[in-house]
Amino acid sequence: MIDNNILRNEEKAIFALRSLYGRYGYKPFKMSKFEEYEFYIQNKDFLVSDRIIAFNDTSGKLLALKPDVTLSIIKNGEDINGYKQKVCYNENVYRVSENTHQFKEIMQTGVECIGKIALYDINEMILMAAESLALRSDNFVLEISHLGLLSSLLDNVCKNTAFKQETIKYIADKNPHDLSRICDENNVDENLKNILLCFIAIYGERSTVLQKLDTLGEYVSKDALNTLKTLSSMLDKLSCSDKIKFDFSAVSDMNYYNGIVFKGYIKGLSQSVLTGGQYDNLLYKMGRKSGAIGFAIYLDLLEDLPDEKQDFDVDVLLLCDDTTDNNILTDNVKQIIESGKTVSVQNTDTGKIRYKELKDIRGGV
Amino acid sequence: MLNVALPKGRLGEKVYAMFESAGYECPSIKENNRKLIFENEKKQVRYFWVKPSDVAIYVERGAADIGVAGKDILLEYNPDVYELLDLNLGKCRMAVAAPNDFNDDGQKTLKVATKFTNIAADYYASIGREIDIIKLNGSIEIAPILKLSDVIVDIVETGTTLKENNLEVKSTIVPISARLIANKSSFKFKGEDIERIVDSMKNQVKCND
Repeated sequence: MIDNNILRNEEKAIFALRSLYGRYGYKPFKMSKFEEYEFYIQNKDFLVSDRIIAFNDTSGKLLALKPDVTLSIIKNGEDINGYKQKVCYNENVYRVSENTHQFKEIMQTGVECIGKIALYDINEMILMAAESLALRSDNFVLEISHLGLLSSLLDNVCKNTAFKQETIKYIADKNPHDLSRICDENNVDENLKNILLCFIAIYGERSTVLQKLDTLGEYVSKDALNTLKTLSSMLDKLSCSDKIKFDFSAVSDMNYYNGIVFKGYIKGLSQSVLTGGQYDNLLYKMGRKSGAIGFAIYLDLLEDLPDEKQDFDVDVLLLCDDTTDNNILTDNVKQIIESGKTVSVQNTDTGKIRYKELKDIRGGV
Repeated sequence: MLNVALPKGRLGEKVYAMFESAGYECPSIKENNRKLIFENEKKQVRYFWVKPSDVAIYVERGAADIGVAGKDILLEYNPDVYELLDLNLGKCRMAVAAPNDFNDDGQKTLKVATKFTNIAADYYASIGREIDIIKLNGSIEIAPILKLSDVIVDIVETGTTLKENNLEVKSTIVPISARLIANKSSFKFKGEDIERIVDSMKNQVKCND
């Protein structure tokens, strides 16, 4: 039996999350540590960073250490009518850290559902995302956005691609002043500018957001709005429903993602620990007919959550020396462990080990 | 407790006055001493003075929930933060400047001296101009005089320094001013407090216009 007290935050999370995903029928997916380098080059826009650790294998083929898990899962699946491939994983990926600009090993856990994605599948994914966050903290926020809603709004405002990209950045930054400036620079109609500025300020509690979106009328996609309404009423049934908000600043690359995207935050951590969404466009680009939705949790970030502080390294510090009888020493250790305590056998108390109790059997006592 | 990173110097003092007017005063900050952290337990606010170029890092990493940073720093380092309000303080512009008689005919690689390498690279990429960037940390104005570069990309406030060195603005890249920024995660959990400050500051900015 595993003693829960000895597990680190990320280790506890791995077991709890695998168990959670298993309850929804998601099977563990084990993949190779390496992929062909060429595979990532073909899909490099999907990767968080295009810098990849590459090396030659024994036959001279150029391989890469995995910078991403989703691509490998998609590559290995097949489209079967009426079947949804539901997998979960726990893998290390290798990416360049934005802060240190050095390669970093990142422990990532996630789930993917590949097939014809229905509203229930989106709901199930958001439910699992919320439960995943709840496993680590009661104080979390899961924010949901709909890229279809955003793109319909942008299509109504301006056809210029560069303007759209800049607008998306300012929406992601919740930056109304620069949004207003580029609208003026691009001669956007005053009414449309005000619609955009109104949209950037819509976020928070779901029912309030939906009411405000209704006031935007024909500028936003009716289909996307109806999806959000149905989804919201499904989420109302959850116990943690109040922690799931709408926030359209959660944007992801529209070349790959479409529809619902989401991000999860835990109080005490400075950045989002969970990201996910529907990525039918990626499957389409890879020649697949299915749709897909999934999310990943960055377990390395959980390191920053406060651990239950251990005041002691061991219960008993047992001191012995060369004259101590080995049978007596072994009996002492056995007795301490059988009483449910932890023990460290040392020759002297150097101060490096914090203990509750000191037992000194040096000199053969 | 709301943690606020303020930029050291005159701008920071003006910004603190805005926080004070928003109801988040901390009288100890006005004491004449070398302390860098000041707290008002009653108002649940803690201020700290940091180097202006470091404010965005404190906010992005969550050591500060909100802070005030120049748009030049935000453009150069692109931190993952919310940029909630233009405070209309410290107004200037990021510009390309060159000797008065310089004319870029586009026939050679343009040598650009700057402290803001990312801003310069993005600007020239957007207009498709081939450049060679020379990173400098100060006294940028002397680079074209000594033929180290053809042009400079730098912050221009009044243009006096340029004029005194026989330089002039050739084009403006982007207007610059101080911005109120927030850590994305803090905004999820301390959103009400942050929005209250933003609303109050927005009114103060309007009144100052």
